[in-house]
Amino acid sequence: MMKIEAIIQPSRFESVKDALREIGIEGMTVTEVRGHGRQKGHTEVYRGREYTVDLLPKIKLEMVLPDALVNRVVDTILKTAKTGKIGDGKIFLSRVEEAIRIRNEERGENAL
Amino acid sequence: MKCVGWKCSFSFVLILGAILLAVVPLAAQQTPTASATPSTTAAFLVTPEISKALNEKLAQLDKDVKAAQSSADNAWMLVSAALVLMMTGPGLALFYGGLVRRKNTLAIMMQSFALMALITVMWALVGYSLCYGGDGHFIGSFDHAFLRGVGADPNPDYAGTVPQLTFMVYQLMFAIITPALITGATAERMKFSGTVLFLTLWFLVVYAPLAHMVWGKGGLLNASLGGKIPTLDFAGGTVVHISSGVSALVCALYLGKRTGYPKQPMPPHSLVLSFIGACLLWVGWFGFNAGSALASNSLATSAFVATHFAAAAAALSWSAAEWFKNGRASALGAISGAVAGLVAITPAAGFVGPMPALAIGLIAGVVCYWMVTKVKAIFGYDDALDAFGVHGAGGTIGALLTGVFAQQVINPIFGAGKAVGGLDGHWGQVGNQLVGVLVAWVFALVGTLVLLKIVDLLTGIRVPEEHEIEGLDITQHGEEAYNLES
Repeated sequence: MMKIEAIIQPSRFESVKDALREIGIEGMTVTEVRGHGRQKGHTEVYRGREYTVDLLPKIKLEMVLPDALVNRVVDTILKTAKTGKIGDGKIFLSRVEEAIRIRNEERGENAL
Repeated sequence: MKCVGWKCSFSFVLILGAILLAVVPLAAQQTPTASATPSTTAAFLVTPEISKALNEKLAQLDKDVKAAQSSADNAWMLVSAALVLMMTGPGLALFYGGLVRRKNTLAIMMQSFALMALITVMWALVGYSLCYGGDGHFIGSFDHAFLRGVGADPNPDYAGTVPQLTFMVYQLMFAIITPALITGATAERMKFSGTVLFLTLWFLVVYAPLAHMVWGKGGLLNASLGGKIPTLDFAGGTVVHISSGVSALVCALYLGKRTGYPKQPMPPHSLVLSFIGACLLWVGWFGFNAGSALASNSLATSAFVATHFAAAAAALSWSAAEWFKNGRASALGAISGAVAGLVAITPAAGFVGPMPALAIGLIAGVVCYWMVTKVKAIFGYDDALDAFGVHGAGGTIGALLTGVFAQQVINPIFGAGKAVGGLDGHWGQVGNQLVGVLVAWVFALVGTLVLLKIVDLLTGIRVPEEHEIEGLDITQHGEEAYNLES
């Protein structure tokens, strides 16, 4: 089992979600987050006072998947989330030890 | 309507003919025995009975005309009073509420609302009387304490066509918004208890004497009711905006900066709220300025037009200055400019025509922009929401420019045919305005400083730093503006 964390542009979220549904991904957890990588922020001016806003709004998708599905999902996210500009975000993969469905205590890939 | 050539002569003949047709049969009816003097003057002979009936009819007519005028004036003045109250809540409460950080939203709104209640009660007990009772130079009297003698009859000194109760409740709304303006400078760090006590005392010690000096009968600065130095202030440039704006500066200096200012970002938490608030202020200001004609007459229209034009011009000039400086025109800039223009036109509204109103607005927008962006940064005081930069500066410019632009064709306040302002030919008025401005500045400065010292000793004025960081909504009022979990 792998966990995929993808941080993407909010404007790409709907396309990514639709594309994932098309390849049969049923579950995901989505959070509105703020952050920045190499992308610089912007300046806001209120009555002459300048503020540099460097934490920009992003969307974080989290999914835990059976190993067999991981590559397809990563490809799909890459294809749909990309605009080619700085600020498109990142995908992180990590191994997951165990998954348990709370309702019936199923374990492993059955719980996904 | 133009009347030229044969058309003119033709209509003249027609009118003459119509009059003759009407008079001749009348004469024939009323003089059946006038065989000896066949003269048309007989038509105007009146017997004592007719004379009596005529006089009664005329007296009744006179009464009806007065009642009709009173109804019209009263309707406008009651609407104006409601409009001015709307400027404090929700107008100012939203305008200021959006400019603070979200943890202080309710606290600043509550300050405006508390004044709506507090000043109203104070006004009924002594406030109205201290402003408009008697004819002293510096302060009113206790003649109208507990609103004694204030009822359906007009007070001919101030507003001769509406019940004095109407005049009283209209002026009350000015006394509410004036201290509320000061909360813009003390925002995000002043204790609620200290704010309430300070502003109540401020209303008695600073507002009431200034209102009497400028607007009260016999007041030192009154322009039409026997003042020594006739200062023009149509709707409150000195009484409302200089007094609150200068006091706001003193408060900002006395309180000190907000924790983290100016290093920590403190952007407005919701410009949407501020935007709605500013638009409500603009509309409410028609009651403030046009209502100050105290009648539903052509002067009210003139003040209404001047008010609107100045607001528009200042919104443009502030935005233009900002565009020039930052390459963009912001929503906050546009609404701040409009408020600056409304402030500056307040003393002038009933004295200037539309073109001077545009000029006053243009000047005020640029000067106030410079005050809040440059001057504040140079001196480093933390006038959190720019109560001084907009009201103190805008009020001062407006008061001085009133002396320049006031015209007797708009308002012959010094008597028919007598020049009013500088461009009218009476440059001495600029001097009078300057004296009025200085008196208001000094009075507000000293009064505020003394009161802050007293209140500091009694209740304290600044919240502890940990309360400031947590936010005044929770620490002062035990609630939050935005409960996202519920």
